[in-house]
Amino acid sequence: MSIDYYREGEPVADTKAPAGPISERWEKRRFSGRLVNPANRRKLRVIVVGTGLAGASAAATLGELGYRVANYCFQDSARRAHSIAAQGGINAAKNYRNDGDSVHRLFYDTVKGGDFRSRESNVHRLAEVSTEIIDQCVAQGVPFAREYGGLLDNRSFGGAQVSRTFYARGQTGQQLLLGAYQALQRQVAAGTVDLHTRHEMLELVVVDGRARGIVVRDLVTGEITTELADAVVLASGGYGNVFFLSTNAKGCNVTASWRAHRKGAYFANPCYTQIHPTCIPQSGDHQSKLTLMSESLRNDGRVWVPKSKHDERHPADIPEDERDYYLERRYPAFGNLVPRDIASRAAKVVCDEGHGVGPGGLGVYLDFADAIKRLGKKAVEAKYGNLFDMYERITGENPYERPMRIYPAVHYTMGGLWVDYDLSSNIPGLFVTGEANFSDHGANRLGASALMQGLSDGYFVLPNTISDYLADGPFEAVSEDHEDVQAARREVDERIAFFLGNDGDRTVDSFHRELGKIMWEYCGMERTDEGLRKAIGLIRDLKAEFYKRVKVTGKAEELNQQLEKAGRVADFFELGELMCIDALHRTESCGGHFRAESQTDEGEAKRDDDNFSYVAAWEYGEDAPVLHKESLVFEYVKPTQRSYK
Amino acid sequence: MKLKLRIWRQADADAKGRMVAYELDEVSEDASFLEMLDVLNERLISEGEDPVAFDHDCREGICGACSLVIDGQPHGPQAATTTCQLHMRKFRDGDSIDIEPWRAGAFPVIKDLVVDRSAFDRIIQAGGYISAPTGTAPDAHAVPIPKQDADAAFSAAACIGCGACVAACPNGSGMLFMGAKVAHLGLTPQGQPERATRVLGMVAAHDEAGFGGCTNTGECAAACPKEIGLDVIGRLNRDFRKAAARAA
Repeated sequence: MSIDYYREGEPVADTKAPAGPISERWEKRRFSGRLVNPANRRKLRVIVVGTGLAGASAAATLGELGYRVANYCFQDSARRAHSIAAQGGINAAKNYRNDGDSVHRLFYDTVKGGDFRSRESNVHRLAEVSTEIIDQCVAQGVPFAREYGGLLDNRSFGGAQVSRTFYARGQTGQQLLLGAYQALQRQVAAGTVDLHTRHEMLELVVVDGRARGIVVRDLVTGEITTELADAVVLASGGYGNVFFLSTNAKGCNVTASWRAHRKGAYFANPCYTQIHPTCIPQSGDHQSKLTLMSESLRNDGRVWVPKSKHDERHPADIPEDERDYYLERRYPAFGNLVPRDIASRAAKVVCDEGHGVGPGGLGVYLDFADAIKRLGKKAVEAKYGNLFDMYERITGENPYERPMRIYPAVHYTMGGLWVDYDLSSNIPGLFVTGEANFSDHGANRLGASALMQGLSDGYFVLPNTISDYLADGPFEAVSEDHEDVQAARREVDERIAFFLGNDGDRTVDSFHRELGKIMWEYCGMERTDEGLRKAIGLIRDLKAEFYKRVKVTGKAEELNQQLEKAGRVADFFELGELMCIDALHRTESCGGHFRAESQTDEGEAKRDDDNFSYVAAWEYGEDAPVLHKESLVFEYVKPTQRSYK
Repeated sequence: MKLKLRIWRQADADAKGRMVAYELDEVSEDASFLEMLDVLNERLISEGEDPVAFDHDCREGICGACSLVIDGQPHGPQAATTTCQLHMRKFRDGDSIDIEPWRAGAFPVIKDLVVDRSAFDRIIQAGGYISAPTGTAPDAHAVPIPKQDADAAFSAAACIGCGACVAACPNGSGMLFMGAKVAHLGLTPQGQPERATRVLGMVAAHDEAGFGGCTNTGECAAACPKEIGLDVIGRLNRDFRKAAARAA
């Protein structure tokens, strides 16, 4: 590997995870972690950035515990965080179905699903906590789907052979988020949480090696303020929008995480991106986002393409024996329910071979004709009605009569800021929860696991682990005049002044689109050594062009959406380069990271456990990033080649 | 397709706004309404003009951020559809389209098409929750809930808090929004202990925020992208009368 791209530093280790039997580790850590006396909690100030599942649940719970919490979101209301858009469901090892589920099985499935690139201790804790989440949400009034007997309904989801997914029609994320949002608003009313909407974190304040605050911009007035605290929690979500087109909300960005990274926080496994197999294909150049169709649809829909290439017949005119149900053919044991990474790549393979359908041949059919025959239209409508309606609104086609067209799209990012078992980054006092951290999903996230992790981190893990850090506080008061605080503030001011003063002629979006195309082409579903090297060069050139030619209209002291975007896209450039470097250095295939040079004879992803069984934690470097390896140890789930055949 | 747009432009909360005309050529009928505005904004920026500010985020009809009055109708002409899910194939070549912000006393304009909907959050703060601090919950199967109640609670809980109901109401009332939350929580056994205090608190916050009362016009339910029905207002009124009588 060329040393131009990065340097290798000392290994890094998770020093907080207790040893001993895995099922006792979480209990052990809760006991060994120090507590904060209730009377002292109100002297401690904690900043939480983000109000999605991981942020709202953490802010509400910390408020309930009596800490003084300041919570920030860029949206106009905490309820709009992008967790709201999660459709399918949330996993929990309740074994309500008596189908062989258990904490250990959920743990096992998640480690295996993550292609053996996650930490056993973290994943086991996630599986343990999963059952408490469902109890908590039901107590809050979350209207999960129920059966006629009044008990909760479950379904099998995203490659699982047991029914452990709880859901609320196709709006599970919305209902869980509203539960957390309402708990948060209750704390706002109680005065324990200060909530600041339409505020964006633009810089992390690190003083004497500890995270002590953030610099935020009021998005309405443009006012920049410095907020100081004893600890900072980033729950600011994932970075899928580096691809421009993704299923993320338009506002999702990496800025909070990236500013922390530039201040010293390690960024782990940035190349692990989840490409979701069931999204509505792109329709034209105006496209601003891609819409996910919940993969619960794969429970009843059958995926196929025409056997003959470039077949432009109406799907109804293609007889059964001229259709290739390629997932059922290639993976008879799991069929249409193979995990996301496998389903996505299989779709790419058939489209690359010329079997794709719809505009540009970038689509495959997801067909409900058999399900409608078997269950009746009414039952299908009850299960998926809202998804079918959404599909029709976007495409103008009726999926009851004509199979849906789907294609993979960027959906979730498993990588994120490096954290230890306590969810602490390597900067003391900086904690990271939810999609913004990296820890639980390895190289591939299973369906219905994101909601579980967000709420696990926010309701149950962080509030228990952060006390061990806060037990040393309150920390010495930091003055706004402190040199490091002033420096952070200055960086923000200078960046804004640059964008508004730049005499450019190209819009922010035009650069973002171009960056996204590079990322999708070379760091998307399939990566090669040659392609990634090329991408790094292209990104560097485009970034230079961006700083020369970007044009931002308006003023700093007003609602200025172009200015907001400019800062986010600037950070995406740097992240995109790091993603490509990470992908380049990892010459194996694993989970969502498919390296064309590393595949089995049958074209499946081939891991290289001898050389890559580690977390790649990247330290920011002005000239080149520094790689710190955290080696992964598997005591309970022995790494095997994943097979869903 | 070609379009003639007239868009509400207002520099800030204190400025006087006005409708400004724009023409747009070559709009794809597969574009969403917001993508059409993206195209306009890209052009405005290139011409050195201030782009049109509007709220949006998920663009899949669930976050509730988008909020445009299109030809006099909140979220435009398609039933049960948010602005972001409205596609240009619902319009015709040569159409003239008026685009305005939500107009309601409780939702002041911040800039162009962006309004301040924080009054909705204040209504929730006043009781739109179940007090269940983290960690106190019994097993999820401890209390069965009849499926029809759970389904009805879900239908009310589907509210996305966009505020179209307020924008559509001649009185600028927030009672459909409030009723949806009162119905959602009131239909679950967990919501019973706080049922009376909840409705009293929320109604007080609603009135305090400057929303008007309900006169059964029904425009709110017609505009609701999530098809929340007027029955939730009936429920809200019943709960309120009962709670107020008991409190008196």
